[in-house]
Amino acid sequence: MTTTIASTPGALPPVVEPADSLSVDEVRRYSRHLIIPDVGMAGQKRLKNAKVLCIGAGGLGSPALMYLAAAGVGTLGIVEFDTVDESNLQRQIIHGQSDIGRSKAESARDTIRETNPYVDVVVHDERLDSSNALQIFADYDLIVDGTDNFATRYLVNDACVLLGKPYVWGSIYRFEGQASVFWAEYGPCYRCLYPDPPPPGMVPSCAEGGVLGVLCASIGSIQVTEAIKLLTGIGQPLLGTLVVYDALALEYRRLKVRKDPNCAVCGEHPTVTELIDYELFCGAISTDGAEAARDSTISVRQLADWLAARDRGERDFLLVDVREPGEREIVEIPGSVLIPKGRFLDGSALAELPTDRQVVLYCKGGVRSADALAVVKGAGLADAVHVGGGVVAWVTQIEPDKPVY
Amino acid sequence: MSVTVRIPTILRTYADGAAEVTVDPQDQTVAGVIGALDLQAPGISARILDEDGKLRRFVNVYVDDEDVRFLSGLQTQTPERTVVSVVPAVAGG
Repeated sequence: MTTTIASTPGALPPVVEPADSLSVDEVRRYSRHLIIPDVGMAGQKRLKNAKVLCIGAGGLGSPALMYLAAAGVGTLGIVEFDTVDESNLQRQIIHGQSDIGRSKAESARDTIRETNPYVDVVVHDERLDSSNALQIFADYDLIVDGTDNFATRYLVNDACVLLGKPYVWGSIYRFEGQASVFWAEYGPCYRCLYPDPPPPGMVPSCAEGGVLGVLCASIGSIQVTEAIKLLTGIGQPLLGTLVVYDALALEYRRLKVRKDPNCAVCGEHPTVTELIDYELFCGAISTDGAEAARDSTISVRQLADWLAARDRGERDFLLVDVREPGEREIVEIPGSVLIPKGRFLDGSALAELPTDRQVVLYCKGGVRSADALAVVKGAGLADAVHVGGGVVAWVTQIEPDKPVY
Repeated sequence: MSVTVRIPTILRTYADGAAEVTVDPQDQTVAGVIGALDLQAPGISARILDEDGKLRRFVNVYVDDEDVRFLSGLQTQTPERTVVSVVPAVAGG
């Protein structure tokens, strides 16, 4: 049975027109694609002509960029401002040991060149924000999202809606991932799926909660598959479908994503008609946390002095680690006790806190401890403080021989 | 009249780590299911519903594969053997 592409239900027109030709070398390289009837010369020439922008060269960006490059996407843009850290290498396979400390964008570019020298790589070594997103996106046919925060995801979505570009989205946490395709012209956008971001502190990031390294490949490969389908116009895109992957159960579930007529950016009466301040929209730190931390934040150097004074019997306070037990196994500030943040939010921690001694809170970086501080202060412990920069700042400045994560 | 609720990773701490909880609500609606779920996973409903008892806009609830925001919201019917999925926004990458 032969199925023509045009008659495939749910298929969209190819995003990209075919390039004029493939060279002899390119034909050799892409032969396993070319002999698939659905791809063929026409599909491979579309890939050659395609310009794909990948936001982030991290967990999802690594496999996405490598497979897009290997597949023969002619132009790959990389937006990334970060540098390679040792803790990235458990999952960010586009970088290697010798890249530690290098620009991620440049490291990714070098790996792509080694994978496929026929790819033009465009490095955007800058932080994506409302001032540059539309300009950067304008040159590309399709956007693949591999960022790690809500603010950038809403920014990418809104920019894609305003420019009419398809947006291949994926997101991961521990053993679970989600993927979908958004394209307001033909279906829903990200805001139709999740109209508002969660308040800060309510949903942990991978840096706080961890992620199984290979999960990046599971979700990143779905993103690349969808990108190739959209660029070449084959198959049924994930537009209007959310895939939820559970690695522990090894199960993919498909859920429907409806276009929301009341969507703030792609609905019938949009209220977002230009890019907004996404840091403000998502809130870097919760209002309660920010309020509590004002004038109640000590530095790690102050904490070191306080601990020395406590050892001399000149000062008394309880130092509380509000992280999770697994994080504490990696590294801790000496002389502290563990009470995870969740127990502050549900109120059960309060009974364990002294009223005759000052309470000092810390976490990994200072966000969760600020949230816990809001609860503690709300319960009447007015002199409680938290440690700015958390255990990461402690290791960097006080005990550099200890590990960070 | 039991209903299976799929619990996302980030909310499994409320359910002793369980990925699935079976509930038997008297009220065969999403609201009834969430109420019954909270008895078995105390505190979880506050992560799904806001202070006014409305669905939070960054957590989706599906009855089988349909988002209840596009059905009857918390009043969406959950007949016997329905699978209710709670799917929160996550941003990791």
